Amino acid sequence: MAHAINRRRLVGLVGLGVAAPLLPFGVPAARAAERITVLNWQGYGTDEKWAVAEFTKKTGIEVAHDYFSSEPEMITKLRTNPGAYDVVLCNSARVSQVQAENLLAPIDFAKIANAGGLAPKLRDNASLIMDGKTYGVSWVWGMTALAARTGKGTLPDSWKSLSDPANKGRAALADDATAMIGIGALLTGQDINAPTNFNAIKAELRLMKPDVKLLWSSEDQWNKAFTADEFDVAPYWSGGAVRSIRRYKLPLAYIVPKEGAIGWLDSLTVPASSTKKDAALAFINYMIDPGFYVQWVAKAGAPASAYASAMDLLPADDLNRVTYKTDYLQQLQFQAPLSDDLRQQIGDLWEETKAFYAQ
Amino acid sequence: MALTAPTGAAALRQRPAARALPAWVGTVALLLPTYAWLTLAVFLPLCAMLLFSVLTKAPFGNVHPELTARNYLVFVSQPYLLEVAWTSLKLGFLTTALCALIGLPAAMALKLGASGRLRSVLFLLIILPFWTNGLVRIFSWTMVLREGGFLDMALHLVAPGAGSIGILFSMPAIVIGLVHGYLPYMILTCFISLLAIDDSLIEAARSLGARAPVIFVRVILPLVVPGLVSGSILIFVPVIGSFMEPRILGGRVGVTMGTVIEDQFTAAFNWPRGAALSFTMLAVVLAIFATFSGVLRRSAARADASA
Repeated sequence: MAHAINRRRLVGLVGLGVAAPLLPFGVPAARAAERITVLNWQGYGTDEKWAVAEFTKKTGIEVAHDYFSSEPEMITKLRTNPGAYDVVLCNSARVSQVQAENLLAPIDFAKIANAGGLAPKLRDNASLIMDGKTYGVSWVWGMTALAARTGKGTLPDSWKSLSDPANKGRAALADDATAMIGIGALLTGQDINAPTNFNAIKAELRLMKPDVKLLWSSEDQWNKAFTADEFDVAPYWSGGAVRSIRRYKLPLAYIVPKEGAIGWLDSLTVPASSTKKDAALAFINYMIDPGFYVQWVAKAGAPASAYASAMDLLPADDLNRVTYKTDYLQQLQFQAPLSDDLRQQIGDLWEETKAFYAQ
Repeated sequence: MALTAPTGAAALRQRPAARALPAWVGTVALLLPTYAWLTLAVFLPLCAMLLFSVLTKAPFGNVHPELTARNYLVFVSQPYLLEVAWTSLKLGFLTTALCALIGLPAAMALKLGASGRLRSVLFLLIILPFWTNGLVRIFSWTMVLREGGFLDMALHLVAPGAGSIGILFSMPAIVIGLVHGYLPYMILTCFISLLAIDDSLIEAARSLGARAPVIFVRVILPLVVPGLVSGSILIFVPVIGSFMEPRILGGRVGVTMGTVIEDQFTAAFNWPRGAALSFTMLAVVLAIFATFSGVLRRSAARADASA
């Protein structure tokens, strides 16, 4: 008997010896279902260390990150790594392109407790919906509107200020075809995503020639030229405006003109190939939570939250709250996907307009 | 180098041939790396671009491009491009002419006025700008040329209260940046041509009673033409395709073929049209060179005949 016990013990010991080195790996492996991977721009909210730690503490789900540096790269990564990602950031104007290859799963809003608080205009944005199903959860939004130097009399309230004789040689346009043709569409009362009267847009943009001092293509260039007093009015990104005021103390006001402004909307999506969809939805639920948003604004700086009442939780004089007034949502036209032909037409018109400015 | 080369060759000749390989094997072996590299780095990318230029879409991802010639008809469908092309050509001619006007005298000064240590120092000063990044040089110019920049500051030191002479975001600003960037090519090619002129030719002209201007026009200028031509080619080709200088120094007025082509690749994602525009410009450049080389050859032949 003793002999048998010894042998059994021996086997047990050997087994334990083999298993022991595996233990540290074995335990997390058992919880593998609780580890999700997020694909996003680096430093864009989801990878804030304090947020990931708080989320893991609340739910036990660990969060890993992978990054892309352009939207085509994001689509390529989704295409070539099925199963690798559970939450993917997708601009609303790109959702239909991604879903055209059946890469996304429809969102089950019943599993997102915070979904009820999303602004309806954003939650039900047409760009996110295909065949009656929603493929992205609205997360944050921003806009291209008008920035003007303060201390120069009354502030402008119209895109017309870019062709106002009073601003001769004092305007800087964005060297961005979709933004500038969009502004032309707003000026002529057209849909920015489906302009039909290109001649009217062309005429409006040509009127700006005497005012145009320069064309800007980066935030850095915008800040440098504004600091050097080269222009007073210019289209600008909302995020850039907040940074210019907060970090560089530039004397500018950010205005949504009466004709409206161009909005963009970033959504969080779940790839069809994800095997941890419930954990992914739990993370999305945390990401749209106003509690997370308020901390994000305070600790790092953020665009506007799609959660309607989140902005009200910010201090009354907070720059984000002033810049992204909830009322503005009604004045924005959100960018939608463009067909190749329309994109080409828009690019051609802007190229031709630039050549006209150069003459 | 000039001294060692013949001795090396002589040594080779004296060594008995160990094993007789056909002569072409050596030739092929020596040429192979060069041609392989040229194929890889120049020929294949050019072929890819040529292919792109006749497609409807860039063949990336999940698209099925078709063959088309419409990218080459863009000058017809978008007539404003003709004016842009003309701007680029004018910019090319102006920059090249200014480089020649400044570069040739500079090269002559370098040859006649300096020797030994001084010449190497001056030579280094000419090459020095090449060591700094082109983008840095262009951004430095924006600081000099902008309103209230260094140029204005200097003016206001001399004449306080004078207006601004800042010329940033204008055609002259682009030309200044381009001439500054490409001048060393012209000085170097002219200098090499000048070095090759036998001093006894100039002494002979002088002993025959020719004055300095006549020597310059009748003796030096014809002999320095190869330097001027190669310098002009080295400058003209990149200048008409330049996009960084027009964009940064030209601002609103800086729309050239270079910036239009760049936009097609980076902003509009229309690689086929960008490629077609590039090849059209290449054809125009080749046509200009063909015309000029014909003129030059004829005038050279006439000069030979008259001599």
